[in-house]
Amino acid sequence: MEDYDVLVGALSTGLWVTVKITLGAAALAIPLALLAGLGRLSTLRTVRWTAMTYVEVFRGTSALVQLFWFYFVLPLFGVQLPAMLVGIVVLGLNAGAYGAEVVRGAIAGVAPGQREAAVALNMTRTQTIRRIILPQAFPAMLPPAGNLLIELLKNTALVSLITITDLTFRAQLLRSDTLRTTDIFILVLLMYFALALVITAGIRLLERRFKVR
Amino acid sequence: MTPIFDWSFAFSILPTLGEALIITIQATVLGMALAVTLGLALALLRRSKLFIVSAPAAVFIEFVRSTPLLVQIYFLFYVLPVTGVQMSPLVTGIVALGIHYAAYCAEVYRAGIEAVPRGQIEASTALNLSPFRTAVGVVLPQAIPPVVPALGNYLVAMFKDTPLLSAITVVELLQQSKMIGSATFRYTEPLTLVGIMFLLLSLAAAWGVRRLEHRLARYGGKR
Repeated sequence: MEDYDVLVGALSTGLWVTVKITLGAAALAIPLALLAGLGRLSTLRTVRWTAMTYVEVFRGTSALVQLFWFYFVLPLFGVQLPAMLVGIVVLGLNAGAYGAEVVRGAIAGVAPGQREAAVALNMTRTQTIRRIILPQAFPAMLPPAGNLLIELLKNTALVSLITITDLTFRAQLLRSDTLRTTDIFILVLLMYFALALVITAGIRLLERRFKVR
Repeated sequence: MTPIFDWSFAFSILPTLGEALIITIQATVLGMALAVTLGLALALLRRSKLFIVSAPAAVFIEFVRSTPLLVQIYFLFYVLPVTGVQMSPLVTGIVALGIHYAAYCAEVYRAGIEAVPRGQIEASTALNLSPFRTAVGVVLPQAIPPVVPALGNYLVAMFKDTPLLSAITVVELLQQSKMIGSATFRYTEPLTLVGIMFLLLSLAAAWGVRRLEHRLARYGGKR
């Protein structure tokens, strides 16, 4: 019981991988969410439908099935990606699809008068979106985005099933080495909880900074 | 050379996948039944006036909501036997799904309860109703119907989380397709079919939830 630091040391390499995957997937998901969220509001039908198909497919299927599909089926089409990249790309695509709905909801929440005023001022559509709509929609996106980031963090545990040695995978390895099952899993749960608290705190900070006046 | 997607092979594995789908649906339905009951209990505990009751409930809800379901499944699967509780993998998985989503459902119920106008509770006090009768007879009947669609969304989410049970040897849809894959060296058809099955069923369920929402809005769902 006293040598917890041994377990923590062994788990910390996995923790780092988990953090890297979370950050990588978030870096992919955020632009994707903006793109798909705006795409669903496009005047072009092709853009709208592409965005909708992307969102529905990635929200409608299981994240684990998506991981397996990209890991096992894509190589048969000649696309061979390393496991780490598959993890980041799939989790990023998955979170991006949920994020697109957040973006869409926040944009829909901007008062219609704002858009009308932009039209009246003869602003172009791009200008309207970039300078009027998005800055006002941004604060409304933050709380649900924080929840999604925590979802993403939790989803990274799935990559342990496609052979990536993240925190969960390390826990499994350590379990078969030391048989200290209960200690290990309690530690792992606490580590994920700590990471989630960090995300919550970060979002709180952003929320305070971008508070609508 | 075999085609990229062999239709006759795909049709030949459909019955096997169908059997596994039944396990998946079973896990979803039982898990959700556990989640809605346990979630209601958690929501009520969290609202308790006693700090020693409400604080642990709040911590439990936060903790379960911010740690991965997969790790929770492993925890129950490996740690429960140590404490002497023996359960089949499927039952362990259902309990894990139930507890995880109970924490989410508790928050949904909480939102529903908080939306009940204060006057309702004050009126119950004026009518000298006991706290129990206030909760069961007055607050919950008004709190639950508006949140049914939100609970429905969690049903769909849970359905999509059932493949995690494959990690603890439950032969549900994903595990079955992997077994077909390793036996036949063909992963394209089984995995693609599983993806399509999930997509179709969750789109259908999401449509059902929307219908329900409309219906509830029509029958006094408004406030």
